[in-house]
Amino acid sequence: MADAAITVEEARKTYGGSGGGNGKPALDGLDLTVGRGTVHAVLGPNGAGKTTLVRILATLLRPDAGRIEVAGHDVVREAYAVRLRIGLLGQHAALDEELGGRQNLELFGRLHHLGARRARARADELLERFDLSDTGSKAVKQYSGGMRRRLDLAASLITEPEVLFLDEPTTGLDPRGRAEVWDSVRSLVGGGTTVLLTTQYLEEADQLADRISVVDAGRVIADGTADELKAATGGDRIDVVLRDAGHLGAAVALLPVPKDAVTVDTDRRLLSAPVTDRMAALTGVVRALQEAGIEAEDIALRRPTLDEVFLHLTGPDDRTKEAV
Amino acid sequence: MTTYALTDSWTMTRRELARWGRQPVAVVVNLVFPVMLLLMFGYLVGGGRGVSGEYLDFLVPGMLALTMAFGLEGTMVAVTQDLNKGVIDRFRSMPMANGAVLVGRSAADMLQSALGLAVLLGVAAALGWRTHGGPAGFLGAVGLLLLFRFAMLWIGIHLSLVAGKPELVQAVQILVWPVGFLSNAFAEPTSMPDWLGTVVQWNPLSQTATAVRDLFGSPGGEPGHVWAAVAWPLALLAIFFPLAVRRFARLSR
Repeated sequence: MADAAITVEEARKTYGGSGGGNGKPALDGLDLTVGRGTVHAVLGPNGAGKTTLVRILATLLRPDAGRIEVAGHDVVREAYAVRLRIGLLGQHAALDEELGGRQNLELFGRLHHLGARRARARADELLERFDLSDTGSKAVKQYSGGMRRRLDLAASLITEPEVLFLDEPTTGLDPRGRAEVWDSVRSLVGGGTTVLLTTQYLEEADQLADRISVVDAGRVIADGTADELKAATGGDRIDVVLRDAGHLGAAVALLPVPKDAVTVDTDRRLLSAPVTDRMAALTGVVRALQEAGIEAEDIALRRPTLDEVFLHLTGPDDRTKEAV
Repeated sequence: MTTYALTDSWTMTRRELARWGRQPVAVVVNLVFPVMLLLMFGYLVGGGRGVSGEYLDFLVPGMLALTMAFGLEGTMVAVTQDLNKGVIDRFRSMPMANGAVLVGRSAADMLQSALGLAVLLGVAAALGWRTHGGPAGFLGAVGLLLLFRFAMLWIGIHLSLVAGKPELVQAVQILVWPVGFLSNAFAEPTSMPDWLGTVVQWNPLSQTATAVRDLFGSPGGEPGHVWAAVAWPLALLAIFFPLAVRRFARLSR
């Protein structure tokens, strides 16, 4: 991509060269390209290498190998130039808990060399924008989780960065806090900021990102838009819970998919199958069950879980890259 | 980058001062704690020998040196907190002079320790303690104490960066007590068993206390001991300053 905000080629990183670490690479030849002004989600389970990737991109960690550029600058050789152009929202709120919200923003503004007056003005502006004006003088340790996250986000936007990294921005937040952060991220995109966010939630990637890279064991195993990925992973799924586990076998035959695509959970009397046409599948299954005289306790359509995406993208033991 | 080194260091120092403003009680407790120790040892332990007499003159330099040693805890608590809150990550991802994080820490801790010395000296003076060493001796003693604190500061930064865990801070908070007491801060090593006396004499804290006693003209001072109170902290700094700086740079490994 000619106009890339982030380019990662063959990135490798193994922790603990001189002791510590388990010798397993955190990044194992990871490739990634993020277009300018887009939102890109890096989706993967714990330990997939998401945080390592973000820390390398944000110049906090040196890669062992690979060509890695952010906003047109090499993260190792031109770290300073990169730092001028990025914002970082880490997994844990990177704030001074003892200081007030305004004091935090002023501190980071001064360290961005805005000067005293502009740092103060910028702090007020951001407090206003993130709806924190009333609590600006309160110590951060008295903030709620959602407020803390918003202040953290404000702190990473002091200089209107070209590229913003969000490392699991909503982990540990309640649904309301999550919605607040999502709204903030959406409002950023209008401003032309490139956003790279990591997440464990397919739904979050789906909601926010233009493109998604699925990572596992330090590599990208699938890459595409949310629709492309969903199509590749069978898209939505239908879950059917029967009243009587004895009917499970008969019900499998009634689902509009090949028999081996259906997962059966006898304990929960549950059948689950991928569907392409949501409504047709739902009405078809309801009718078929009725005609067969099988009683269902619950029937629901849902998006595939991350586990199911992984099950589809990776073989049980052969985890090789699958192009979408 | 380097053009901002001074500005950024000053900003980081101001950050610490702003934190004081937010926690006035903690600041006062920090200042009062050594005073409490002085009173406790002066009245309880030294009670038999009289607070106003020779023991006070002996005790005050010891307490000053002990206060500098205990400063280690404060440094470690602050550095560990920053590391674990991820705020150091934010500093490192910003276009600021990297060393400013450590310079700000040092400046604030030294300022707090200087304040601690002033308060302790004020209380001692109120109890009747006087220096007999003249202004030059007095300033020299304060200089030696701050040099000792500076060495403790960099040991604290290094240990915190290496371990990075609040558990280590707790361990050190407990361990400073035996190290503090295995010194001549409260009693002459001559009053101890031989082996203990030897340990106590080699304690860097004892070196500083003895030199300060000498410069104050107090009992327990040994002429010509100043060099040891200069050499010990410098030796510690020669080891721990580069280690801490290297460790900080290596946070990116």
